[in-house]
Amino acid sequence: MTREEYFNALIERHGKEAQEKFINATVGIAGLGGLGSNIAFFLARLGIGKLVLADFDRVDVTNLNRQQYRVADLGRYKAEALKEQLLGVNPYCEYETHSIKLTEKNIPEIFSECGIICEAFDKADQKAMITETVLSDMKNVILVSGSGMAGTDSANKITTRKVISRFYLCGDEKSDIADGCGLMAPRVAVCAAHQATAVMKLILGQSPV
Amino acid sequence: MVKINGQPAEAAEKTVAQIVTEQGLNVQRVAVELNGDIVKRSDFDKVVVKEDDSMEIVNFVGGG
Repeated sequence: MTREEYFNALIERHGKEAQEKFINATVGIAGLGGLGSNIAFFLARLGIGKLVLADFDRVDVTNLNRQQYRVADLGRYKAEALKEQLLGVNPYCEYETHSIKLTEKNIPEIFSECGIICEAFDKADQKAMITETVLSDMKNVILVSGSGMAGTDSANKITTRKVISRFYLCGDEKSDIADGCGLMAPRVAVCAAHQATAVMKLILGQSPV
Repeated sequence: MVKINGQPAEAAEKTVAQIVTEQGLNVQRVAVELNGDIVKRSDFDKVVVKEDDSMEIVNFVGGG
């Protein structure tokens, strides 16, 4: 399978105009858990030219209920384990990995090439931190965040909303893991798919909402 | 009146931190935009909201 054959197949499904936009895009994913690992697969399948993948964590057995890792990945850095799988799906896109903790200091540098960043952390204070950092310190970057996908409520409660300038929020904005309602694979994946769809539409020059 | 998330509120002359706390929210878990600009968390105690200001408070919940 050559690069040309691979991209011809993507063009057959997505159309030439859309595929050229996807190939020329660079997207960041901050956090590679239930949201981030699913978002990465969706974007690799779209043929996004470059993904910047960042997570300090290693794969734990409690991740396997909803995150795109395998038993064989236990103990590995999530960024590395994910990159290996993404190369298996789409070997012709670029995956840059960062296995370090993201902070307000390093986020602008790590994601400097990205026009769009997906916030995919699990802790609420970290979601707030990256939102503040991207919207105040990265003037031309759009942030697509996920908040509220825990529990077993209807998938229909998960929506995409433009909250403020350069900021889209996916989720039900209510279901909190802190309430003890758990995190279930399908509902987390619905939120991840909302985020990936918003990214897709932004790259195509369409409004996500 | 101040507009908070599109709703009128009696919040003039209060700090961002006071308003967030009075809404029952945790200052560590919100992002705040005031008149189109993000307010940094380190400024929540310093920035005072004025009459006719427009404020958006995004409250994050955990899970991902």
